[in-house]
Amino acid sequence: MLTSHTLRQLPVEEILQKRKRLKRELLERPQLQEVRIAVLGGTTTNEVVDLLDVLLLADGFKPVFQQSEYNKYYEDAVLEPDKILAFRPDIVYIHTHWNNIRNFPPVGATGDQAAALVSSELARYQSIWTSLHQVIGCQVIQNNFEHPPFPVLGNLDSVAPGGGTRFVYELNIEFAKAAQGNRKLLIQDLNALAAGLGHDRWFDWERWYSYKILTTPEGSFAIAKSLAAMIGAMLGRVKKVLVLDLDNTLWGGVIGDDGLDKIQIGRETAVAEAYTAFQEYCLALRERGVLLAVCSKNNLDTAKSGFSHPDTILKLEHFSSFQANWQPKHENIGNIARELNLGLDSFVFVDDNPAERAIVAAQLPAVTVPDVGSEVSRFPGILQAGRYFEAVNLSKEDMERAASYAANAQRTEREAKYADYGEYLDSLDMSAEIEPFQSVYLDRITQLINKTNQFNLTTRRYTSAEVEGIARDPNYIALYGKLTDTFGDNGLISVIIGRREGADLQLDLWIMSCRVLKRDMEIAMLDTLVEHARAAGVERVVGTYLRTPKNAMVEDHYRNTGFSLLSAVEDGSKSVWTLTLSTYSPGTKHIRIGSLVNG
Amino acid sequence: MDSATIIREIQPIFRDVLDLPDLQLTRQSNASNVEGWDSLAHVNLVMAIEKRYKIKIALGELQDLKNVGEMADLIVKKLAR
Repeated sequence: MLTSHTLRQLPVEEILQKRKRLKRELLERPQLQEVRIAVLGGTTTNEVVDLLDVLLLADGFKPVFQQSEYNKYYEDAVLEPDKILAFRPDIVYIHTHWNNIRNFPPVGATGDQAAALVSSELARYQSIWTSLHQVIGCQVIQNNFEHPPFPVLGNLDSVAPGGGTRFVYELNIEFAKAAQGNRKLLIQDLNALAAGLGHDRWFDWERWYSYKILTTPEGSFAIAKSLAAMIGAMLGRVKKVLVLDLDNTLWGGVIGDDGLDKIQIGRETAVAEAYTAFQEYCLALRERGVLLAVCSKNNLDTAKSGFSHPDTILKLEHFSSFQANWQPKHENIGNIARELNLGLDSFVFVDDNPAERAIVAAQLPAVTVPDVGSEVSRFPGILQAGRYFEAVNLSKEDMERAASYAANAQRTEREAKYADYGEYLDSLDMSAEIEPFQSVYLDRITQLINKTNQFNLTTRRYTSAEVEGIARDPNYIALYGKLTDTFGDNGLISVIIGRREGADLQLDLWIMSCRVLKRDMEIAMLDTLVEHARAAGVERVVGTYLRTPKNAMVEDHYRNTGFSLLSAVEDGSKSVWTLTLSTYSPGTKHIRIGSLVNG
Repeated sequence: MDSATIIREIQPIFRDVLDLPDLQLTRQSNASNVEGWDSLAHVNLVMAIEKRYKIKIALGELQDLKNVGEMADLIVKKLAR
């Protein structure tokens, strides 16, 4: 039998062609919940309704529809609501498009003239909503408007008060405000649906002139899917739990084989960033009330250790249930459902492994198992497109979180103006983690060494084996630096390799990523290096500058950081500098240097 | 390709869209003598036929068709081009 998930994956043409049979089959299922929907349309709504019909049936509803005559939405709602009243709808859906707007402003309109037209257009819709609420008292869904397809002013159309696009912006905002003060009015974001497909795939002019259907079948399907999600959410059929696999789903690699050091998470590689982005998406879902659970084939301790990685976004406390063992996944998902006391029909399962998805889908048909593929960068988009976690209103908890965000926003505003550069640096609220090489970071350190050209004093390249050797060799003082600021984590962005030679420390390498230039990070690195060097009994630090076509930026780096010139080749291609530790005093003013920022 | 072949080929589409598994399509079949062939079914029939033959039937061409026979003739003509 067709599930609501597989139905949504079918090409819309196939659904339209086989619709009558699909409907007949879906109607045979037991315990369908009746929902009565009146549709008032400014265009021909039959295609949207046909598609919504099968979607809702697959979701376990038995929809009953009443449709207004073509473009009689105003008359039906305001002048003759008796017919709708007699139908006793649970929901009235008012489906209008940009071409149902009565009066667009003339292109030369002033702001006041355009505002007056926005008000009168809004008033017309308000009379529809008021009439429906007073006479019928049911929930109303009104969609907002897509941007006009032919913005005659081009880019200016979204700027000039007389521009049609600007007019739609303003009207959509008025709709949003109206819905904010009215729990019985919900706005469907039609504009987002049109933008998602693009106007070329949204509007269908031949069908418009032939049948007064304005959208392509694809557009109608997008409208129907969005509407089905809203109706499901209104009637309590939302997903509540996101069950996640671990290896190659929440991080790259297999933690049991590769070890904690080698899993891909953080900002250091493209792959790691994609996993980090997916973890951030999951955390955002959690913050709006979706429960997270782990279902992984791993030893429990190994699985849990992944969330002690310094770069993990998700922490153990974010998971409401954690199942990691070698039992089949459908059994573990059953355990999660019992533990959380929630029905399997409120579960969405994400796993990069198609075999695991297949067995869960087969054994637990109530669980939604989207075909997420194995490319983590696409996971958030696929989950979003499924509209599993639709929200029709915000909870008290959501509001409270918003209050704490507001406090943050005020802070940002206060910091908006700076007396000098130092004050600006202070406002960035920077903290650095500067430590001897650690095995988790060796890959990133090697990568940074081999790709940094500008802020690089010697441009020496090292293999990963050499870097590993240096990390273990007590004769070296080798430090990495990570920097976090108010905008987020910049990751590992600086490396110094110092080699002991008697009482001297030779700086074989000093590099920094250009994304943190002019942040005083190099001073923080030097301060920390000096600390380690003193502890090791070093008296003098010796730095070398080797000129390349790309590193002129750091020609005066040693001079600027307090070193004295020892010797220089005449053509300037090489210079050697020294720093005496007994007289050195730390220069870091704007960065907090702590250990293990993320630990 | 002749019209009789086309009619045989589009018969499954009509059966699907109209949900009439036993429908026998003839040259004379039209909206008034086939059950359920209303304007909405018509939209889906034309869409499925366009997809099946990878052709586009223009607005003006549609208006003039009186029955399945003429529709099949039009498809033959388009495929020959």
